[in-house]
Amino acid sequence: MVTPKVQVENLRLSYGSKEVIHGISFDIEPNEILGIIGPAQSGKTSLLRCINRTMEFTAGNKMSGTIRVDGEDTAKMSDVYGLRRRIGMVAPLPVGLPLTIYDNVAFAPRAAGMNNKSELSALVEKCLRQAALWDEVKDRLDSLGTKLSGGQQQRLTIARALSHSPEILCLDEFSIAIDPVTTMRIEDVLKELKKDMTIILVTNLVQQARRLAARTMFMWNGEIIELGPTEQLFGDNPKDKRTHDYVNGIFG
Amino acid sequence: MTMHAQIQPAPQFGETPFTRKKRRNEMIAQGIFAVMVACIVIPLFLIVGYLIKEGVSLISWEFLTTNPTGGMRKGGIWSALLGTFWLVGTSLCISAPIGVLAAVYLNEYAKDNWFNRVVNLAVVNLAGVPSIVHALFGLGAFVLFAGMGRSIIAASLTLAIMTMPVIIASTKEALAAVPRQFREACWNVGATKWQTIWRIVLPNSVSGILTGVILQVSRTAGETAPIMFTGAVFYRKIEEGNLFAYGLGDQCMALSMHLFTVTTQVTNAPHALPFAIATVLLAFVLLVNLTAILFRSWLRNRKKW
Repeated sequence: MVTPKVQVENLRLSYGSKEVIHGISFDIEPNEILGIIGPAQSGKTSLLRCINRTMEFTAGNKMSGTIRVDGEDTAKMSDVYGLRRRIGMVAPLPVGLPLTIYDNVAFAPRAAGMNNKSELSALVEKCLRQAALWDEVKDRLDSLGTKLSGGQQQRLTIARALSHSPEILCLDEFSIAIDPVTTMRIEDVLKELKKDMTIILVTNLVQQARRLAARTMFMWNGEIIELGPTEQLFGDNPKDKRTHDYVNGIFG
Repeated sequence: MTMHAQIQPAPQFGETPFTRKKRRNEMIAQGIFAVMVACIVIPLFLIVGYLIKEGVSLISWEFLTTNPTGGMRKGGIWSALLGTFWLVGTSLCISAPIGVLAAVYLNEYAKDNWFNRVVNLAVVNLAGVPSIVHALFGLGAFVLFAGMGRSIIAASLTLAIMTMPVIIASTKEALAAVPRQFREACWNVGATKWQTIWRIVLPNSVSGILTGVILQVSRTAGETAPIMFTGAVFYRKIEEGNLFAYGLGDQCMALSMHLFTVTTQVTNAPHALPFAIATVLLAFVLLVNLTAILFRSWLRNRKKW
């Protein structure tokens, strides 16, 4: 049996006195795309931030339970920056860093100590191509990332997340600012990337999960309502009636 | 059913009582704000204009570069001008780095716990302490306890203590204005806090930080109380034309103190003398500010978002 890429065990998270994740456990297999769907405030983003340990920057939260990456407890890893480089994170709202397009993508490799110019350039091009942005920006790599349009910035964010060659790619509602055609192009890229990495796809577009994910997890109010093969959740007979209602848009 | 027929469609783009009222309110608001600006600007120009008018007859290159003579009734202001220059420079060299770095710690690293809240509260309160209190502290701590005696270094340290809380507060504001999402984006790709600060936060807050520091230059140059007990003297003759005529352990003259002396202690001083000193003091501050404003606008043109 293969070690799961990510193992979450009895994860609880509270902000102050308010518990937002109520003890969830699940595994993510290597090279799978796991779709996570669920309404706002169900703990999806918090879950991702627990996995790459950026939750540590939020004051006043309390976390318990174990998260393992490749069988290793993330809480016990001494090199948290190394852990974060193994996990690519794309936030829902695009963040172009106030640097040039080139520097945006080269930021992470440089922070990790990579200085070779030709290697950097090759890496930047590769990541921008993967994020379906290269053709639009190849002639102005030295203009500001923040001057790009929202959709372009989002793809820049994806390129940056890929720039440190992550093993796990977390996409948190990445298509929120992107037009449908570009979304489709990126979805195709994700299918390619699946060969090399494990992808966690948090999405509000339930159909996106259906298109891409082999398994889908439905979260609601900090609990996993259902986790199973995508066809099962989207089929006529999911285990939980709430799943059926949610994916068919008759929730509430 | 009949209701519908009775309602007259309002003229869509015509004058109505409502739009008239809005326009009137808009004009009143604009008027009030404009008057307030005038209340600030007119006295300012009157003051500056008066100073220059009264003092300009004395100002010359010679006035700036010769020592006061004849019981401070004749000669120039060289030793006071150079003294102010040294005091401002030295105190800034102390307070700016310490203040800015402390602010970086407080804003970027310090956790939100009771201790740091006390520190922040102390900084804010310290910024409001009257300068004469700082002067007493400087006298006790630097002049007497540390044994520096009355000297430029003791006076500069006192001025630095006075300006540091304000620099910390304004730097913190500038740092906090950098959106948190930039920091999060950096952390997500495995950058350390320091890498984030050095590459993203500081480059994007430097113009705000500079503004805070610059405002303190004016304050340092203008304050009399903190230097009166700690290093400034009524009269001192130094070598003319030598920028290093003062050492850090020397006592010095200062423009603000000199102005005070000439107006209150020296009898039969020429009428134009205090005005000329004040004009030079203003020009000094203005010159420093202008340099900083130019530098800042250069930085701002490179602003990245």
